[in-house]
Amino acid sequence: MSAGIDLDNVCCDFGSFRAVDHVNVSIKPGEFFSFLGPSGCGKTTILRMISGFTDPSSGVIRIGDKDMKGQRPNQRPTALIFQNLALFPLMPIWENISFGLEVRGVGKTERRAKAEELLRLVDLPGAADKMVSQLSGGQKQRVAIARALAVEPSVMLLDEPLSALDLKLRQHMRAELRAIQKRTGVTFIYITHDQGEALAMSDRVGVMSQGKLQQVADPRDIYNNPSNGFVASFVGENNIFAGTVGAVADGMARFDTAHGTFRARVNTTSGKDLKLYVRPEHTIISSFPGAENSLPATVTDVAFEGNFISVHAVSDSGATLMAELRNDGSSAIPVTGEKLHMSFAAERASILPDGLTRGE
Amino acid sequence: MDDLLRRYGPTLTGAFMLLTAFWLLMLVILPNITLFEASFRPYLPVVDVGGPKDFYSFNNYGKFFANSTDTDIFGMNIPLPIHVKIFFGTIYYSTLVTVITFVVAYPLAFYLAKVVSPKSLPTLFLLLFVPLWVSEVLRSFAWWIILALKGPLNAILLGTGILDQPVRWIMGYRAIIIGLVYTYVLFMVFPIYNAIQSLDTNQIEAAQDLGSPWWRTHLRVILPHAKPGIASGSVMVFMLSAGSLLVPALLGSPTSLWFTQTIQQWMLESQDWNTGAAYSFLFLILCTCFVSLVMWVFKVQLTDIAK
Repeated sequence: MSAGIDLDNVCCDFGSFRAVDHVNVSIKPGEFFSFLGPSGCGKTTILRMISGFTDPSSGVIRIGDKDMKGQRPNQRPTALIFQNLALFPLMPIWENISFGLEVRGVGKTERRAKAEELLRLVDLPGAADKMVSQLSGGQKQRVAIARALAVEPSVMLLDEPLSALDLKLRQHMRAELRAIQKRTGVTFIYITHDQGEALAMSDRVGVMSQGKLQQVADPRDIYNNPSNGFVASFVGENNIFAGTVGAVADGMARFDTAHGTFRARVNTTSGKDLKLYVRPEHTIISSFPGAENSLPATVTDVAFEGNFISVHAVSDSGATLMAELRNDGSSAIPVTGEKLHMSFAAERASILPDGLTRGE
Repeated sequence: MDDLLRRYGPTLTGAFMLLTAFWLLMLVILPNITLFEASFRPYLPVVDVGGPKDFYSFNNYGKFFANSTDTDIFGMNIPLPIHVKIFFGTIYYSTLVTVITFVVAYPLAFYLAKVVSPKSLPTLFLLLFVPLWVSEVLRSFAWWIILALKGPLNAILLGTGILDQPVRWIMGYRAIIIGLVYTYVLFMVFPIYNAIQSLDTNQIEAAQDLGSPWWRTHLRVILPHAKPGIASGSVMVFMLSAGSLLVPALLGSPTSLWFTQTIQQWMLESQDWNTGAAYSFLFLILCTCFVSLVMWVFKVQLTDIAK
């Protein structure tokens, strides 16, 4: 029932603007795949190309090994959940859900039964005869999912469907969406600019910027082993140092910066603008200098975030640094103005090139 | 009210109120009351006005039901007063005009609201409005020329071989229908355009995405959303058509009779303003009843139209 999707060298131009630039990705059947990127990165255009509302300028889109060229949106085995959901406000809920079946000529009693069944699946029984305006944001969300599932699509496309919900509901709906996907086995393609959503729900994440797919990997690899500077800095926070790569041995390199010489992991010494990236939670605060990769610094701000404490500091050489401490009582919380040493393990730091840019 | 006072001060607010009151009282309510009062009084020579013969009655309204003639309705010969027959003819052909106008206006309104690029919209609107800069009389005359037996329309249809005999367009109600559709089509286009424009394009795409062919998307998503616009456009076109005097007078044929022409005959040719007033009110009331009935049938609320 679910189908895989292949994007083969897909480009999309709007006039002279290249919104999607040579995207190659192969999404497996039954996979929960997210496109993650800032607004304007081309992720929505990809979704519209898969659903058939926009035609690629070049390249091939295959759904279940079938070329989708010339297939109109109403002929594709996809179901799209719009950012604003686009429920039909003049139809009761059950007609909304069964609209796709009505189109296919299914009889009224059968449609009604199917709608009731789907409402149970999305945990919203008894809402069949309500109108859209009577439902809350989260309930509308469920109806939109049920409406898309009703046509038994091979692929579900979701365009930031949770962005209008409040934080609590959003976290709840994440788990819910994930559960529905597991239950139905349908391939989900999820568009979001929220890294938390993408990492928490997806089997794999494709990070996009400037129309380019920067990296495709599972959420852990995206976070722990970003392939370039864009991925590293878009997903999570970093302390970043500019510099030049020195001697390389066993995947570790010397890195000379204005703030001292560090040692870090390196995959490639080619690529422009190599920088050193290290996560704040991997930055260690101590009153003594570390064995390596250590900087003397002064605390400028301490922000209490609840589950962790964010410590901002500036090194004696002028670099701004950030470290995160778990709020578990295991370490003393520094105060503003305190002199201390900040260091990081070489295995936790990466030397990465800049992200791919448009037209490259 | 408080808001108005705070914003414009007492002088300007007073001026607004007075002007509105003047407009409402002097230009709307007073003439109608005068006409209404006159409609119950007999038409008398000046010397008898205010005399013993000048009393209120429904006699003027009664004339509407006088002069029965046998009329053929669906094969049955039913005696029908001549003015009642004209009234029903007017209602029937105005309804026909409204339906044709809708059929013409809906695709145009949809095209303007959802298909055309916003950049070329002002140009298209201008093209639609330009004909309105010419007086309605001249435009009706233009149609009279176009539709003439040896006019350009017949010439084109004969020249292209679509017809082999010229059509007598100005016969019966044909030319009136064409003229009225032409004159009032924009009153249908714009309310529908506004209604469709307010529809979220995602709704159309959602329907398509669920597999809906274009006609079902229109039937189930776009038309229901545009219903208030269609209703207000239809009421407007119907009332304007039924109340039009110019088009039936210019494009009518000897066999066409429009109710406004009957009123005009009472008022100007017979100089009987009292009966003319009675007919005007009767027409207004009956048309309102008809429109209300149609609105009830199509489940349209008055608040939908006022939007």
